[in-house]
Amino acid sequence: MEFAHLIKSPRVEKVLVHRPLNKSVEGVLCITGHHLIFSAGGESPDEFWLIHRIIDLVERKPNTPPAPGGTLTLKCKDFSVISFDFQNSEELNNVSASLDCLSSIENQSLYYPFFYQPVYNVIEDGWTAFRPEIEFSKLVMQQQEDWRISYVNKDYSICSSYPSAVVVPKAVDDDVLIAAASFRVGGRFPVLSYRHEGGAVMMRSSQPPSGPNVKRCREDEKLLNSVLKPGMRGYIIDTRHQSTTPTPKSKGSGGFEIESHYPQWRRIHKPIERLQSLLESLSKLVEACLDTGSSMDKWLSRLESSQWLSYVKETMNCACLVSQCIDQETAAVLLHGGEGLDSTLAVSALAQVILSPDSRTVHGFEALIEREWIQAGYPFVQRHHRSALSNTVSRGKENAPTFLLFIDCTWQIMQQFPCSFEFNEGFLIQLARHSYWSQFGTFLGNNELDRHQMQLANKTVSLWSHLNRPEILRSFLNPLYEPNNRVIWPSVAPMSVNLWPAMYLAYVVEPKVYDDAWRDIAAICEQDKELRSKAQRLRRQLIDLERDAISKGLLDSPSSIGTVFD
Amino acid sequence: MNCATYPWMKLAHSVTIPCVSQMLSSNVATVGGGGEHDSIGKSTDSTDGGDKSKTNQTSGPDGQLNRSLSFDGRRKVWARVEAHWARVTLDRSVPSSVANSADKHDPQGAVGEQPFYQRIRSWLTSNPQTQTYQQSPVMTKIENVRMLDRYNNRKPSTGTLYLTATHLIFVDPDAKKETWVLLMHVATVQKLPLSTVGAPLQIRCKTFLSVTFVLPRERECHDLYTSLMQMSQPFHIEDLYCFHYTSSLEEIPRTAGWTFFDLETEFQRMGVPNSNWTMTNLNKDYQLCDTYPQCLFVPSSVSTIVLVGSASFRSKGRLPVLTYLHKNQAALCRCSQPLSGFSARCVEDEQLLNGIVQANPNAKFMYVVDTRPRINAMANRAAGKGYENENFYENIKFQFCGIENIHVMRSSLSKLLEACELKTPSMAAFINGVQSSGWLRHIHAILDTSLLVARSLQEGVNVLVHCSDGWDRTAQVCSLAQVLLDPYYRTLQGFQSLIEKDWLSFGHKFTDRCGYLQSDAKETSPVFTQLVDCMWQIQRAYPSAFQFSERLLLHLHDHVYSSQYGTFVGNCEKDRLDLKLSDRTYSLWGNIASHLDEFLNPLYKSDAYTGLLEPNLVPSNILFWRGLYCRFESGVHPRESIADVLLATRDHSTSLEMHIAHLQKRITAMKTLLDVSTPVTDNRLAVDDEDDEQQLGLRLKKSMQVVDDHPLSTSKSADSVFSDGPNIENSITSSFQLRREIDSVSLDWRSLRNIKECVCSTPFDHSSKKSHCWRCGEVFCTRCLDKQTPLPGHATHRPVPVCRSCYKEVRLSSSSITST
Repeated sequence: MEFAHLIKSPRVEKVLVHRPLNKSVEGVLCITGHHLIFSAGGESPDEFWLIHRIIDLVERKPNTPPAPGGTLTLKCKDFSVISFDFQNSEELNNVSASLDCLSSIENQSLYYPFFYQPVYNVIEDGWTAFRPEIEFSKLVMQQQEDWRISYVNKDYSICSSYPSAVVVPKAVDDDVLIAAASFRVGGRFPVLSYRHEGGAVMMRSSQPPSGPNVKRCREDEKLLNSVLKPGMRGYIIDTRHQSTTPTPKSKGSGGFEIESHYPQWRRIHKPIERLQSLLESLSKLVEACLDTGSSMDKWLSRLESSQWLSYVKETMNCACLVSQCIDQETAAVLLHGGEGLDSTLAVSALAQVILSPDSRTVHGFEALIEREWIQAGYPFVQRHHRSALSNTVSRGKENAPTFLLFIDCTWQIMQQFPCSFEFNEGFLIQLARHSYWSQFGTFLGNNELDRHQMQLANKTVSLWSHLNRPEILRSFLNPLYEPNNRVIWPSVAPMSVNLWPAMYLAYVVEPKVYDDAWRDIAAICEQDKELRSKAQRLRRQLIDLERDAISKGLLDSPSSIGTVFD
Repeated sequence: MNCATYPWMKLAHSVTIPCVSQMLSSNVATVGGGGEHDSIGKSTDSTDGGDKSKTNQTSGPDGQLNRSLSFDGRRKVWARVEAHWARVTLDRSVPSSVANSADKHDPQGAVGEQPFYQRIRSWLTSNPQTQTYQQSPVMTKIENVRMLDRYNNRKPSTGTLYLTATHLIFVDPDAKKETWVLLMHVATVQKLPLSTVGAPLQIRCKTFLSVTFVLPRERECHDLYTSLMQMSQPFHIEDLYCFHYTSSLEEIPRTAGWTFFDLETEFQRMGVPNSNWTMTNLNKDYQLCDTYPQCLFVPSSVSTIVLVGSASFRSKGRLPVLTYLHKNQAALCRCSQPLSGFSARCVEDEQLLNGIVQANPNAKFMYVVDTRPRINAMANRAAGKGYENENFYENIKFQFCGIENIHVMRSSLSKLLEACELKTPSMAAFINGVQSSGWLRHIHAILDTSLLVARSLQEGVNVLVHCSDGWDRTAQVCSLAQVLLDPYYRTLQGFQSLIEKDWLSFGHKFTDRCGYLQSDAKETSPVFTQLVDCMWQIQRAYPSAFQFSERLLLHLHDHVYSSQYGTFVGNCEKDRLDLKLSDRTYSLWGNIASHLDEFLNPLYKSDAYTGLLEPNLVPSNILFWRGLYCRFESGVHPRESIADVLLATRDHSTSLEMHIAHLQKRITAMKTLLDVSTPVTDNRLAVDDEDDEQQLGLRLKKSMQVVDDHPLSTSKSADSVFSDGPNIENSITSSFQLRREIDSVSLDWRSLRNIKECVCSTPFDHSSKKSHCWRCGEVFCTRCLDKQTPLPGHATHRPVPVCRSCYKEVRLSSSSITST
């Protein structure tokens, strides 16, 4: 067995488990290399598996001596808290130590996806389903003369977090890109992220470097100006607070584009919270959600002070602003925050949900996640190593729930347009969860370089291969879906922004009634479709019979009667 | 950043994002269908209301709140118009001296001055120049009024303001926008500080609509202010809207709904009277307690003396009586607080409580739930009132529950509304506002207490509930506990009984609490609003447990405050009898019964929840009800409504089922026709179809059961519908007939998405009911879809909703068929 040295007590009998919304049961606890398995004996066989990576925090609380044993509490990244009562202190310590180690392994090649063997045949390989070339052709369908794919980054030397293929204006050659990359933090030069049907484009990048010695970069200016026709205007939307970007006078040029050098561009600041403060916010929110004993006032004040909903609202607001520039002003937008990894990606992806009908389909949303998050180099492993319930000591600076923020915003929009999305909220929850722990390799690696080096495509299964199997996908489809070709403008009024119960309260409020309700809705819609096709079939049959009857002279032909009434 | 250079930046800051493509409104100047609609429930702006600006609508979902006075009705109104109404009218066209003299009339005294009124009336009716707006006589017409928009101050809509006897109507002809405010809904009118553009007047409604008009002249503003102040709260109960309202378009008789509920029948449903509980006639003439119903149910074991004695020991004589007997024989009783003071006791009262305990064979004790906070109850002791002393009463367990009084609730709601109206609505400010209003805390307390009561009853223990007078908190808690306990009260019919029983019969003071009349403002309180809110919270937790939908709750809330129907007028049963409401006014239940389809919950499963509902009452599961408190801010609501889509799908399925049954019948007939000529038969399909048909029939019957079960249902019973009517012939006469039948049923109904207005150019907003014509599948507003007819392509003769042009065609072709 792998990790045998880490597992001192692979099997513990007579453990009492307490799970939210479940009765406490006694059973056997087993630890394997990647899972914790609990199996209750007795008349009701109850078994559950926990992948180690789901564990956010392990808490060990021995009983007060001389009583042996104690309680092991696992706080999970799905915001559930499970505790086990042990009768033996040694076993408690062993299990606790094992889980502590196993859940914090940082070597990705030891993760479960590398060991997981699917029991089904992969029909559509998710690793090749969203190749940049395919997505590119969708993105710039009629504008092939303006845009091209550049392989300037094919060995990841220009920008380590970019994919090997990026879409750039045709008018600039690779040398310009290389120069522009040197002007941008982390080499993330402006690339195309979305092209709207009116022709307006959204590009994203990182910030220009800050510091007193930075000069202007004409190549960067050329790259940006090449997307604007003469006289057109573009907007640079900066997701940082204006005050956090240094002023040009005090620190020389840097941190942001100086207006005199980019005369066709206007810079607007729309601050969005990032990294640690975002994780702290989520922590406060989840803790407030889990505290079911608090009073109404206490709950509301904790909800407010967590600020999570404010961040959701701000992100939606910023995405709306970007969408307005693109859809209503037909203006180009360059979007960046600091490194162009967090709020930048959240806003660019969310703006596409608002703007593009395609991104509201299952395949389109998967493509969006691929393009705007995975290929765009969002460091999933770094960001998702720890989540809301971890203790602050174990949190790295790099941990942040930005992706969850994006998923939450998408859910908010979905609430307001429940018929415009092909998928349901369960699909969003699955995506969010797989991004934290998974048997699939899709969210492993921090960027394409990582994934390339780890040979994920060969060694692991893609999440998309799993999700897109018809029998799986069926449960993630929205029965009320009716394709909506318009831009969908969400409301960002405070009363329109709600806490997502299925995400944060899944272990507080029994979600079964809602699942049942959705099943009923699906049944109603299904039945209606069946009836419709049946009616159509019968109509055809009746008309055939009628024709028979007319040909046999048993019935008058419609034309002879029709004239009477015409 | 500079908002002037980025006009859209401003929009991004505002609450909703406009969609330019949707802003291109057509420039149709006609407003509504004009004279065609006697009853108009207009609202809103012509562009996508949700996106551009706030939508204001005062009518209920179906326009029922609208003024629809017949000519006679209108004259009656005029006969009773108070002096100031006349003054406003005169102001417009007669010399000011007359107006001034009218000014000096004491409004109350003026009512009796018949000659004066006759003069005005004759002037109004005989003068051809009399202004009317959509057939309502207009008392005041003010031009160049601007209606302010909370989020978009730079483009206020400008139009004309009309004051009629029942409504204030704002019409912006350019934007095709109408805002109707039912005067009875007006809660507060406030003159805001004068500005350079004019005199602003803010009107807040009991339905949570808030509008601000800027009138060009201050004098007009002041006149309108005084008119509104008086007309929104008449002095006399006889001046309430319900006494003047006549239903003109609807074919419901005035009696509809009044006979629907009977207290004795409702108790019989619970199995009362039985050996433990008996009915007493002591209150036949309301001598025992004038705010209680005539028939009271009490333990069989107690004597008249005990009842009389207990009544004298209870505040307002509201002695403990039965309101609900659970199937496990646990009884829910209600009363008011005892007049115990610090030490007083009453043997009869103690005996009565003991009698209640004994009436339950399964428990040796009962709970006495005082819904008030302990401190309030203590304070009452000083006034000679108080609560039961556990030492005096045998076998009771006493508990306080901490629901605040009507004054706290009233100010809590107004704080909540302030949170909804924040100028710069940040998330933090909004949540803070909701929190500091305490509203959700109060809702939580009511639900919590109700669940406690329901659980005790479920365990088989009797519960006696009271507060101070036992008509506010007690009514809330008792009715909610019953909703949690008994699936019957989750049906439409049951919920109506519950309101009739625990609110109307047991004397919730609707007239006072809703502020119908000019009286003590301290008596008003959103007690019923809280019931509706709590119901919504439970509905949300159990989406398939209720037969009716959120729409019914909103409709109910609208009409409790509108006084359009006599149902909620008066403070108790005695008041309503004295006012002879059932003879003089319409019943809301009759109105609901005639629109039953709109209020049904498509997800309802009658057998899904048979036992006690135990909603999870963690604070995070109690939500702010946007659909009620922000109802008229259409920008904040979901743009696609699951409930509407489901309702339409359900209707569509029903239509298809009836069509399929008909097609099968025709196919069988056609086969028989062909079989006669050719001996080869293919029975297989026919047999299949027969099976199908039976199944379908069953399903159809089931789906129509809901409507048919209702006592007021106007549709025929399922059985009669399914027996073939005389003019469905099984023989086919012509292929033209076949075509006609097929064409009469639309297979695909128009999607509800992106439909901005009805053909009559009434704009739709999120709360308007959008209905499909079953023949052509197009979408109409309720007023345009007022015809019902059986369709030739349906197997049954059930009349279904069709639009007017389809109605004509169906009628025309059916008459031509018969004529040929």
